[in-house]
Amino acid sequence: MRNALATLFLGLSMLVPIAAAPGWAQAQDGPLRIEITDGVIEPLPFAAPDFIADTPEAAQYAADIARVIASDLVGSGLFREIPQVAYISSYADFDAAVNFTDWKAINAQALITGAVGVSGDRIAVRFRAYDVFAGQELGSGLQLSGTTDGWRRIAHKVADTIYSRLTGEGGYFDSRVVFVSETGPKNDRKKRLAIMDYDGANVQYLTSSNDIVLAPRFSPTGDRVLYTSYESGFPQIHVLDVGKVQRRILSAGNGTMSFAPRFAPNGQTVVYSQSEGGNSDLYSMDINSGATQRLTSAPSIETAPSFSPDGSQIVFESDRSGASQLYIMAATGGEAKRISFGQGRYGTPVWSPRGDYIAFTKQNAGRFHIGVMRTDGSEERLLTASFLDEGPTWSPNGRVIMFTRETQGAAGQARLYSVDVSGRNLKPVKTPDGASDPSWSPLQN
Amino acid sequence: MSRLKTAVFLVAGLTLAACSNASWDDTSAGSGGAGQVTPGSVGDPTSPAYFREAIGDRVLFLVDQSSISPAAQTILAGQARWLTANPDYVVTIEGHADEQGTREYNLALGARRANAAREYLMSQGVAGSRIQVVSFGKERPIEICSEESCYSQNRRAVTVLAGGAVVG
Repeated sequence: MRNALATLFLGLSMLVPIAAAPGWAQAQDGPLRIEITDGVIEPLPFAAPDFIADTPEAAQYAADIARVIASDLVGSGLFREIPQVAYISSYADFDAAVNFTDWKAINAQALITGAVGVSGDRIAVRFRAYDVFAGQELGSGLQLSGTTDGWRRIAHKVADTIYSRLTGEGGYFDSRVVFVSETGPKNDRKKRLAIMDYDGANVQYLTSSNDIVLAPRFSPTGDRVLYTSYESGFPQIHVLDVGKVQRRILSAGNGTMSFAPRFAPNGQTVVYSQSEGGNSDLYSMDINSGATQRLTSAPSIETAPSFSPDGSQIVFESDRSGASQLYIMAATGGEAKRISFGQGRYGTPVWSPRGDYIAFTKQNAGRFHIGVMRTDGSEERLLTASFLDEGPTWSPNGRVIMFTRETQGAAGQARLYSVDVSGRNLKPVKTPDGASDPSWSPLQN
Repeated sequence: MSRLKTAVFLVAGLTLAACSNASWDDTSAGSGGAGQVTPGSVGDPTSPAYFREAIGDRVLFLVDQSSISPAAQTILAGQARWLTANPDYVVTIEGHADEQGTREYNLALGARRANAAREYLMSQGVAGSRIQVVSFGKERPIEICSEESCYSQNRRAVTVLAGGAVVG
């Protein structure tokens, strides 16, 4: 497992520009652009023919990489792929001039071409993107290379580049999700930590299912994961080094219960809930020294803390005023300001990586919702509704939210879903078994 | 029932003479406990089975509440009497919630419930050192339907015995 992970994480070694396609000037500021903030109603149509295989052993990669790129773009809800059967032009030479007329005829506004070379366990992928109606290349072509088993990451990087060029936003496809894999019936559920690509590929299990594990949370660089485990018989916080699959317990002391951990942006401070005498309060801990600091001291429940991107503030949930509501306080503790005032109960707030929104779980009138609000509590919008939605996590670019949806009844099962911050594009995330408690990594390097 | 209670107190006298009180801080809890034969059936008032089934090992809670109801008080008082009579046992009280609520909140709520049961046992004379608490939140439902009939059984605090001469 160590080797597999190492190659996966170190698989990408190069990302270099390649010369512009012959015959066309490079676009300065291409007219082709998706303005996400206005809300995309009509997805942008694109064509992504299979990449050219430089050698026979590259053929499968050439086809698969184009499929992953198309799947990423379509999955974002901002793009629509024109099926290959509609193509007029065949695409056989990466460096030949593009016949834009044929692509215009099928209304492909963007065209993505590429070529793949394989040598031993090394793979090199070149790609170009075109603004078909402007007859121009969209940004410069790029070459990415790495090991063949990292081919999906290369495809995601290509898709991220195209997404960025067309939206002006950072991408989110070359990212991972750590979550809890669930099997077995509701009254005997087995849980273990698992990690996968954001699209459900490359699932790997990080713990056994001997002990209950809950709510894994990525570090700001994605190298470590905090989670709660019942290994000692009590819920306690553990930290796992993803690359080495090594883990250690953070909270000590038999009989104490600690849970709901989350990293600060500095990757060294951890904030969490600890329960003593039936009362849960917030604490922070320096992960290296083990020094702890108590942040709240109230007879109410204080839990589910999450840092602002600059690390200066913490949003959390508390039932100090009756039903659970969201509060913000300084990262060092002190006076907290209530930000949620709507009907029902609010929980599991998570600060967007862009800093603009706080995502949360809302329970009202027997239904659960994932919602977002501004950090001052204004502009509350509910994005989903179901029997049980909970535990939002943000995509690295703050555009998409992944969460747990559990179905009702004796056969109820948990699954991961994602939804745009706009409320559109709600869809399940593919996992081998039941799944809950997703945490989205930052973009990989 | 009253005949059984008498039996409990008779055995209690014997047991108290035989060993000291157990404690969760005392790692030898139970190991030096009464070595007398305990058939372990529910009919044996010193048995864990009796504790679980005749007295009742769990108390239930209202939605989002952790207060001890009159019915729960009766059960916990019975547990306290049994624990007083069987001092070589220690207990872990497991607090649970129904599935309506977030994972984090339910962990905190389960901790409240377990602690409420612990405090009641202590008010009835059981030493706090003999009682550990743990919350399972909504992770361990015993009833699996998504209706109040199941939820009411899942909102519980269960007193689990450990130590003793025979763990059953």
